[in-house]
Amino acid sequence: MSKTGIGVPVIRKEAASKVTGEAKYTADFLEPGTLTAQLVTSTCAHGVIAGIDTSAAAGVPGVRAILTGESCPELCGAILKDRPPLARGKVRYYGEPVALVVAEDAFLAAKAASLIKVSYEPLPVVHGPGQALEPGAPLIHEGLGAYKRIVADVYPEPGTNVCHREKVRKGDVEKGFSECAVILEARFKLPQSDHIAMETRAATASISADGTVFIRTSSQAPFEVRKMLSELYQIDEGKIIVEVPMVGGGFGGKAPVNLEILAYLASRAAGGRPVRLVNTREADMVSSPCRMGLEATLKLGATEDGILKAAEMTFLIDAGGYADIGPRLAKAIAVGCTGPYHIENVSCDSLCVYTNHPYVTSFRGFGHASVTFCIERALDKLARKLRLDPARLRYKNALMPGQTSPTQVKITASNCGNLQACIERVKGLVNWEEGDRLDMGGGKIRAKGIAAFWKTSNSPPDAASGAFISFNKDGSVNLNVGCVEIGPMMKTTAAQILSEALKMDISRIHVNMDVNTRYTPYHWKTVASMTTYMIGRAVLRAAEDVTDQLKSMAAVVMKCAPEDLDIGDERVFLRSDPSVFKSFRDLVHGYHYENGNALYGQMLGRGGFIMTDLNFLDRETGKGKPGPYWTVGAQAVEVIYDTVAHTYRLTKAATVIDAGKVLNPAMAEGLVKGGMCMGLGLGSREHFQYDPAGRVLDTSLRTYKVMHFGQTPEYLVAFVETPFVEGPYGARGLAEHGIVGIPAALGNALSVACGAELDELPLLPEKIWMAKTGGRL
Amino acid sequence: MYTLKEKTVVTLRVNGEDRQALIRPGDILLDTLRDGLGLTGAKPGCLNGDCGACTVLVDGTPIKSCLMLTAEAVGHEITTVEGLSDTPIQRAFIELFAFQCGYCTSGFLMVCHALAGQMQTPPDAVIDEWLESNICRCTSYEEIGKAVRAVLNGEIK
Ligand code: FES
Ligand code: FES
Repeated sequence: MSKTGIGVPVIRKEAASKVTGEAKYTADFLEPGTLTAQLVTSTCAHGVIAGIDTSAAAGVPGVRAILTGESCPELCGAILKDRPPLARGKVRYYGEPVALVVAEDAFLAAKAASLIKVSYEPLPVVHGPGQALEPGAPLIHEGLGAYKRIVADVYPEPGTNVCHREKVRKGDVEKGFSECAVILEARFKLPQSDHIAMETRAATASISADGTVFIRTSSQAPFEVRKMLSELYQIDEGKIIVEVPMVGGGFGGKAPVNLEILAYLASRAAGGRPVRLVNTREADMVSSPCRMGLEATLKLGATEDGILKAAEMTFLIDAGGYADIGPRLAKAIAVGCTGPYHIENVSCDSLCVYTNHPYVTSFRGFGHASVTFCIERALDKLARKLRLDPARLRYKNALMPGQTSPTQVKITASNCGNLQACIERVKGLVNWEEGDRLDMGGGKIRAKGIAAFWKTSNSPPDAASGAFISFNKDGSVNLNVGCVEIGPMMKTTAAQILSEALKMDISRIHVNMDVNTRYTPYHWKTVASMTTYMIGRAVLRAAEDVTDQLKSMAAVVMKCAPEDLDIGDERVFLRSDPSVFKSFRDLVHGYHYENGNALYGQMLGRGGFIMTDLNFLDRETGKGKPGPYWTVGAQAVEVIYDTVAHTYRLTKAATVIDAGKVLNPAMAEGLVKGGMCMGLGLGSREHFQYDPAGRVLDTSLRTYKVMHFGQTPEYLVAFVETPFVEGPYGARGLAEHGIVGIPAALGNALSVACGAELDELPLLPEKIWMAKTGGRL
Repeated sequence: MYTLKEKTVVTLRVNGEDRQALIRPGDILLDTLRDGLGLTGAKPGCLNGDCGACTVLVDGTPIKSCLMLTAEAVGHEITTVEGLSDTPIQRAFIELFAFQCGYCTSGFLMVCHALAGQMQTPPDAVIDEWLESNICRCTSYEEIGKAVRAVLNGEIK
């Protein structure tokens, strides 16, 4: 028998297709007769649309439709309906879609798009969330109070630029600070950046004669696409089919519904013909949503021996021009505001603030890489004040079973793992005891920084998933699950879990690689590192369903009690004598007697799952349970810093995560390393810069730099395994987490190295030079 | 080199076969391969020469097909990922987990395949130089480095 089950490095199911060019992504499907849609985007960050002249474009032969904001009066949004699919009346960020041209081919679409003339009357620009809150700041959404709320727990503040405010109040902060020997105050500023999935977002749409809408899209959330289109355009959900093939990376950027709406509108305007809309890299960076920026103020208090007593924090999310999932980012930051530490007295205000920057959405870590940077940098400063080893400070304050989270969830070993073990392990990996700053001579310093993190789902309390199982006549299994294959091998993980549950060879389990909302069971979204948990639970239930059926059927055929039977290796066998058995293949499509009689039909298994004990957070105190568990971990970065040029080399990056149970060691390591690589990019180079008029300057991969081959450090990864009791075989999600503490650990290492406090990202040499010298040569 | 004025049929030599395509003078090789010939293994990532997802081999040398006009490729031997079959580098990428989403993979494979074909034991600096042309947003690059080294040193044949 080849590989079975969990804990082994199974090769991903779609591996061969991905090394031969056979794997198909959304833009790889091209039916003859497909039209091309092209966006025209705003060149102004905040302005009134004075006019759009489409006459020259309309004259280009082969142009089938031109849409502007006037053609689509609806507003869309997942939390708050504040965004027109095409700007109407005014534009709120540079890159905002203002018109859409539909033509016979890409060449003609591009030609026509270039002939569309849009004129703007510029309005004063809001450059950041701090400025957005100043008295008299220009209002970005004058009609904020009138927007329809999609969820009950979003609280926009009309007449301001506050889209949402999330509060945490725990204990008595004033009293807490009065008990502190040391108080630390700090401010942080983190820029917007972008996902840069290598596949830019793409969608195709067509509408058939009976009104059925077909969407193919590079989405992490096909069922959300169906829901939103249904709701926006009053189409029955059953008449919308959303199909997602392989997706070329998501990182949260493909979770919101975005191009699908435009592709649908384009097809509708072209009589239902298939239309393809593929983002250029520039549009993918600035027109489609990007990653949040953050401004934060923190005040932490501790006793003389380094016990954290009180925290007071304000987080201002630079959400850009529209809400999208921003209010949930504010919630996630509030929920996790203390980091994985016990603080009795907490007051936190987390605001989602409109600015005239590109609007933001989920990004790997869902705000946690940002909040972790703030809290972990603050802890290092505090450790210096206390003259305590920064690793020791974290170890001392690590959340322990019996204590509570900021939103007053009781911590257990199961729901929060073992942070102290992670801290100890990561110290070993980077040889922490040798000291965090070593002068190597010749103007070179070798320095290390550490950071710990935690993250929960912050999902809707009723997020759900499902799994179907059917059998082939040879006894092999077909597994059908609704997670999208965006890279982290979720489909194979689902197959691994099923292989373990049915004790059968994973090569005999076939799993659908695509998602089609008509025949795939519902799955909330492939986000939040929740897929292993949610799909895993659904798969286990489906496995139990077929196991019960197999046993009760075999019991009749074998004339015994079902409880005397067990399964394994595609057989149902007598527990007392495994040599007495029936093969799956003889059972799963009915049992056939020699005389021709048959019993039972084909065997079908199903498993449904829904989150059970989550709830909405209290509006005033934040009290409530935001997710089923936390994944905790500790990370470290080592650099060699040049004291003259303020440049540095990344030499080591280490992560220890409490995974609960590692289901696939090779993939787990790969995901964590990939996360670290991205985290090093965020920490060291990635950011959007804007000109004084609010226009984004970094709109190509020429100027927006990501990590490249040859720039990476040695990666060190280890896992702690404290089971999460409700997880499949004890597993916690870990796909996002490699990124979370890395910018913080890098900031800590470089602050130690250069001897100045580095509180802004990215850590470019010129920023370090500024912090160190104040700009004096 | 031709002079093309309007849509013209050209013959391209791709993966050892002659293929005909109807092109505009300004068409880039990437679009012709994908939309004209159905060879979608080469991917658009930036159309600006920055990401390498569109890399193919032209006479054995990695070329970003978003930066080459189709007309320029006439008369040359083009190899796309569809032209690789059970090569050591493909096996190494699978065995060493050198991809996740797979979108950058064909581009990286073409660079690595060409490198392994042209050099026996290149120093690290040369490997870095060859591979820094491409971007992978999922892996840490370490896995890709291990895969190409496993082929270069003959561990995976
Ligand atoms: S698409 Fe050619 S280099 Fe990016
Ligand atoms: S595997 Fe996704 S970009 Fe490389």
